[in-house]
Amino acid sequence: MAATPGDNRLDHCIQCGTCGGSCPSGAEMDHTPRRLFALIRAGERDAVLASNAPWYCVSCYYCTVRCPQDIRITDLMYTLKSMAIEAGLFHDASLPDFSETFVDYVEKYGRSFELGLATRFNLRHHPIGLAGMAPLGLGMLKRGRMDLLPQRIDNLAQLTAILDKAKALESPS
Amino acid sequence: MKALFYPGCAMQKNARPYLDSLQAIREDIGLELREVEDWNCCGATEYMSVYRVAAHALVGRNLALAQDQAGDTRVLAAGCSACYLNLAKTDARMGEDAHLKATVNEALAAGGLEYRPGSLEVRHLLDLVCHDIGYEAVKARVVKPLHGLKVAAYYGCQVVRPDYDGRWDDHEHPTAMDKLLAVLGAEPVDWALKTQCCGGHMSVIGPEVAYGLIRRLVHGAQQAGADLVVTLCPMCQLNLDAYQVEMNRHFHSDYRMPVLYFTQLMGLAFGKPAKALGIGKEFVSAAPALARIQAEAPKVAETKRKRRPKPGDALPMPGME
Repeated sequence: MAATPGDNRLDHCIQCGTCGGSCPSGAEMDHTPRRLFALIRAGERDAVLASNAPWYCVSCYYCTVRCPQDIRITDLMYTLKSMAIEAGLFHDASLPDFSETFVDYVEKYGRSFELGLATRFNLRHHPIGLAGMAPLGLGMLKRGRMDLLPQRIDNLAQLTAILDKAKALESPS
Repeated sequence: MKALFYPGCAMQKNARPYLDSLQAIREDIGLELREVEDWNCCGATEYMSVYRVAAHALVGRNLALAQDQAGDTRVLAAGCSACYLNLAKTDARMGEDAHLKATVNEALAAGGLEYRPGSLEVRHLLDLVCHDIGYEAVKARVVKPLHGLKVAAYYGCQVVRPDYDGRWDDHEHPTAMDKLLAVLGAEPVDWALKTQCCGGHMSVIGPEVAYGLIRRLVHGAQQAGADLVVTLCPMCQLNLDAYQVEMNRHFHSDYRMPVLYFTQLMGLAFGKPAKALGIGKEFVSAAPALARIQAEAPKVAETKRKRRPKPGDALPMPGME
């Protein structure tokens, strides 16, 4: 957890539960952030990395601004997600896969690509639901709100060099 | 005022009406925007979920490019909440964490770039309009006040939280956009959900969670008497507008709450034609709401969806609201 950029102040948690109470998707989480932090302290690594909580975090930062101890809860959720991807303990592979698919497109083109992302993600994980989402996609196309092809930045080589270097610097963690 | 502009991926396409309406009103409010050349995606909320440091390097490239292209301004403006937050976050984190700054700069050096944290002022468009250009300057351009239009100002999450630079009056009940809409002649309604989450990426990866959040917001705006919701973020607009249709299908409800960008309402009040403001590209048509202020709005081809009858339909069920 110390790998979270900046001081995450996790040690300062007083278990007040303001985070879970503020969370828009708290009801869907198997462990609220408060419980996750207690589990981290108890050394329950596997239970933490198998939790759905980080994946249900919507990055709304309510917990972060309300935390009386100024713990960077949302940032910690990002760290937990990346650790969970490495550990491969979370039961529903589709949620990490969405993030990784998004990352793939960004690295390939320098820009995100909504049509590709939605199609690839749904084909792999919700092939039946895909047909149901077709009207939404067509509606986006009809309104000129979606590209059929991805956009590529000019200096993709530069971006690739930067990201490769950053990952090399990141990996020894 | 002059500013560099980071449009972000969404504004290029799904939020094109946001960009078009911004272009339409830019001159009226004296906002000179110069697009950062060859910017890349900010990573949204996904890149950081996979790579902790590379996510900052991804954003760092944009900051470094902007810094090098800055010229006579140090303001870097973004219209999307996620883009704004990511740019601001990397700037703030690099500023406070010397190790991160060194690592990100080592990565940027591989592309011949370097970023000096604090050299740019990362700002959201609404912040510039309300706090730099100012309400008086906006008011001076109003030729068709939006009298009689009740609006729910919706800020979403990431512009007002965590708010690294303390730009807003409140993290949960901000008032800047309400004041702006009042200056345009509209009537901002009092509602409690103005900074509640639109569902973010849950609309794709966990729709049942997102639909609950979307219904709560749409219902809240309706209860408050709003004719439409006004937003400042492409993701919020997409979720509340396009996914409102899906949400209705999921809950067998029939909400019709249009969702427009604040720049579109500024354009209407400035007397611009609705079409030039991208009005008519929304899924839930704003035409009935805009008819109240005699604003002409292009017709929206509503996506008709057949409602599949469910076993409980025939029974008089008590309302859930």
